[in-house]
Amino acid sequence: MTDTTAQGNLTAQKAAQDKRGEEAPQYFASKHEGYHWTAEAPMFLYAVWYLAFLYIPVLFLPLFSFNDSIYVAFPLKGFSLEWYDDMVSTQQLLEALANSLKVGAAVAFISTILGLFAAKAMTRYVMPGKGAVTAFIMLPLVVPGIILGISLLVITNMVGMPLSLYTIGLAHTLISVPFATLVLMSRLEGFDKNLEEASLDLGEGPFRTFFRVTLPLAWPGILASLLLTFTISFDEFILAFFLAGNEATLPVYIWSQLRFPSRLPMVLALGATILIFSFFIVTVAEVLRRRGVGPQSGSAI
Amino acid sequence: MAVTDSARTVTYGDDVRRTSLLFRVNALFLRHEWIRGYTLLSPTLLVMIMLMCLPVFMLVTYSFWTQNYLDIDRTFTLANYEAFFQKPIYVALIMKSIRMSLFCTFTTLILAYPMAYFIAFKVKSNKLVWLILITVPFWTSYLLRVFAWKVILGYNGVVNSGLISIGVIDEPLQFLLYNPTAVVLTLAHAWAAFAILPIYVSLEKIDRSYLEAATDLGDTPSERFWRVTWPLSLPGVIAAGLLVFIPTVADYVTPRLVGGTTGIMIGNIIQSQFGKANNWPLGAALSVIVMLMIAFLVIVFIVTTTRGRARSA
Repeated sequence: MTDTTAQGNLTAQKAAQDKRGEEAPQYFASKHEGYHWTAEAPMFLYAVWYLAFLYIPVLFLPLFSFNDSIYVAFPLKGFSLEWYDDMVSTQQLLEALANSLKVGAAVAFISTILGLFAAKAMTRYVMPGKGAVTAFIMLPLVVPGIILGISLLVITNMVGMPLSLYTIGLAHTLISVPFATLVLMSRLEGFDKNLEEASLDLGEGPFRTFFRVTLPLAWPGILASLLLTFTISFDEFILAFFLAGNEATLPVYIWSQLRFPSRLPMVLALGATILIFSFFIVTVAEVLRRRGVGPQSGSAI
Repeated sequence: MAVTDSARTVTYGDDVRRTSLLFRVNALFLRHEWIRGYTLLSPTLLVMIMLMCLPVFMLVTYSFWTQNYLDIDRTFTLANYEAFFQKPIYVALIMKSIRMSLFCTFTTLILAYPMAYFIAFKVKSNKLVWLILITVPFWTSYLLRVFAWKVILGYNGVVNSGLISIGVIDEPLQFLLYNPTAVVLTLAHAWAAFAILPIYVSLEKIDRSYLEAATDLGDTPSERFWRVTWPLSLPGVIAAGLLVFIPTVADYVTPRLVGGTTGIMIGNIIQSQFGKANNWPLGAALSVIVMLMIAFLVIVFIVTTTRGRARSA
């Protein structure tokens, strides 16, 4: 997942490979594997099946959110916007939404700045122990959420900090920084370092170089990082569950409503809205992030 | 001296300034690139240490204390760990969680590998679209993805009511929800995107001339796959395996929503110690044990796979 280092070489290699690929297909096709449709079909069908597996279960949420019945079951009873009406008139839900937006915006802003510091240091300086530090920053990606959640719960309890939106925000910052760092690292790797050096050579100081050269070039990555970290925080449940005080975020609110069968359709409507909203943001972020740096950078996430 | 040497590049005038603290720090910065790097990195590192290292350290400390009704007794004791080993249910639950998680990881990897292979080798145009299609679900709400399965597999859920309405079955199937299989299926779906991307990256990095060489030297496609592609993609497979295995061992959301009583995992027990059962030190001890178990398994896994690779190479 940290293949961003040799990116420059890789793109060059890739270009060479692509070129070679264009020259040699005849040979390949005639002899062995073949780029024939018949040979490709099973893999293509598998890929389509896999996408269906990935998407269809989730699509049941929007489907049933428009169903005119309190039971989530076939056959569908008819089209209704009743549950969406319910949704926008539930005061608690709107409060939770406001909380989620507040926490998400703060987390996106802070973790992107922290990620920018880290990404800049990782990609522009020769430092001993860089591998270890990178691994350390990526650690929250692999530590189970419950461990991070209860650890933070224990320490906030010990220092006497009351549970609130702030504690949720801190927890979300922790898990967002690795993502922000990865996204920004691949962006900073993706453009020519000589541009920065040229700016320094021509007499700009390091700060002005950062603001006039690095920042504009890294801008798509920064925007992608802001959007992605916002979505992470907006959708995060495991940590928020442990660290929520009286004010709930949306996922925590959803969890609390799952106990009541009668609220299920309304939760479906809410879930469908969140899903479509997140899909939209994430797609924008992904397009921003991958455009111009080639499909292979941005790597593991 | 080195300090004064580098000082020439900075235009500090007199000897007094030269020996001042500010000057020395400045000279140090100019001379050592790594100091500049780490200074830039320090805010991020500091935040990570405060929010991760310190809390986990406190969690470990907590596990040596005891719950005394509403207070915490802060005398050092191993009582929580003794309680763990005295109750066979905890050990059994951890083993069961590991088994379920391994099974889930295995399923996820087998399903994900052909997909990653397809995108890396077969997709010629629109690679970006395929990549985005598999990445988008990864960023969306974990809770909602799990919740979708509860809706699908439930007693009156999508599958049961669908099958009844088209007349395949007369009564809802009981075995769909609330069992370990439902947990494994849901987890495999929820973590699918984590597995594809590392495998894809390692496949994409393979130098295509190796494959040509294998073909030229007479390998059949399957020989070529097992002797060239598979070994070179192994780092990605290992990374994907770890990314799925580690978080799923301690998951509590999925077992709670779709696992029922038989699908319960160690994460649920830990969570209840911080909730209803209200025995934080015991919960802390349980999570420390789970962390140690995971670390042990990961080390064993990495050592055996890298050794195996060394031997085959």
